[in-house]
Amino acid sequence: MFCKSLTSIFGSHQKFPNNMKWVIDLFTSSLGRKLIMALTGLFLISFLVIHCTINAMIFYNDNGETFSHWGHFMGTNPIIRTLEIGLVAGFLFHIVQGLMLVKSNSAARPVSYSVAAPPPQSTWYSRSMGLLGTLLLLFLIMHTAHFWIPNRANQFAHGEELPLYSKMQDVFSNPLIVVLYVAGCVSLFWHLLHGFASAFQTLGLNHQKYNGLISFVGTAFSIVVPLIFALMPIAIYLKWIN
Amino acid sequence: MKLTLKVWRQKNKEAKGEFKTYQADHVSTDMSFLEMLDVLNTSLIKKGEDPIHFDHDCREGICGMCSLYINGHPHGPLQTTTCQLHMRTFKDGETITIEPWRAGAFPVIKDLVVDRTAFDRIQQAGGYVSVNTGGVPDANVIPIPKKVADEAFDAAACIGCGACVAACKNASAMLFVSAKVSQFALLPQGHAERKERVEKMVAQMDAEGFGSCTNTKACEAECPKGISVTNIARMNREYLSAMFTNYKVEVGGGGD
Repeated sequence: MFCKSLTSIFGSHQKFPNNMKWVIDLFTSSLGRKLIMALTGLFLISFLVIHCTINAMIFYNDNGETFSHWGHFMGTNPIIRTLEIGLVAGFLFHIVQGLMLVKSNSAARPVSYSVAAPPPQSTWYSRSMGLLGTLLLLFLIMHTAHFWIPNRANQFAHGEELPLYSKMQDVFSNPLIVVLYVAGCVSLFWHLLHGFASAFQTLGLNHQKYNGLISFVGTAFSIVVPLIFALMPIAIYLKWIN
Repeated sequence: MKLTLKVWRQKNKEAKGEFKTYQADHVSTDMSFLEMLDVLNTSLIKKGEDPIHFDHDCREGICGMCSLYINGHPHGPLQTTTCQLHMRTFKDGETITIEPWRAGAFPVIKDLVVDRTAFDRIQQAGGYVSVNTGGVPDANVIPIPKKVADEAFDAAACIGCGACVAACKNASAMLFVSAKVSQFALLPQGHAERKERVEKMVAQMDAEGFGSCTNTKACEAECPKGISVTNIARMNREYLSAMFTNYKVEVGGGGD
């Protein structure tokens, strides 16, 4: 399907320069599409490190001074703003490719089984990445609608950032929103728990000397990062931070 | 023992199939699963009914011909082939649901028999070592460490039954293809053609309409030969390196 859409963009394979046809072949193949998922996934993981670190500055409990300082840097620094285009592209590639893979993978089994008993060695969350990813997409839409989109819109219209710290206080005063954010973090935990190690396997990085390390770092990352994120709305709602 | 069997019956590729229920009242615990079906079929033939069609050949667990998705597992609840599965694995009075492998690339031919020639076409695309004419070289001329030979042999233990496809939620054939890629990629005899091989086999796998691997590891758990998903990682490495570095020679080899 991806192949067809590319063909429609480039007319046909023949019109595309012959010495570059391999790029199309690679990224339309099943393994190439997995490669896109793995690389964009790891890129988004690196984004989570930065996002989590800067947002965790609210825990200084200094009325958002440190957080706002770094938030302002991230929102205005020209290098960061340029990288942000790559981030948006990374999200789009990961989401679009992911949804297309879900579609083509379910098409590969047109008639389903009447009895299915997946083996215990195969975890439920590894088989539910499409579902977890869709939940994360819904979360992402809500989350960007709360902060990123209005902030960038304001910068575009008035050249000024919104006061994000007070906006956080405002958004997280609603208990329903807090619950939805925590649910988003739980989805992120399960998504990362499979996605982190899975990306390395897809890249072919499976080696008995390093598998333990990948699994340990992946599990620790999947617990620590969503936990810190989840603590933010909780801490603000319960006024641990004021 | 007495068993209730819910069996998928389908006249041919185009027909709409359905489950039919049969009673098997005199099942010995020492029977293999296929023998149990043989006995049931004999009674169906005696009654003038169409026997249940299923694939089988060596009945020794080495040919890869038998299949059957039994109670939610390819080859049944044990990690073995259906021919090596014995009725003592089941409880008296149990209901057993028997379905064919389900995959778009494995269409049902009749009842429980599916067309697995997609695997043959993948093998034909590159799953071989070209042997040119000449004298037979001494086997010990090419040094191969024991552990490498063992690893290649483990991959070569794949019997191509398709349980990996049947077990995978995406009906992906990557465990099979990666085993076939690995058994050659690991050995010096396979090195010469490794790039062309993996490119062609993956292209054929995609053309057959199998799904993509999402690393759920269900294939490894259900494989009767215990083929490991480390082979899939190796295939990924082989494929990516081939796609980034392989090149075509457009002109002749300078012979004329």
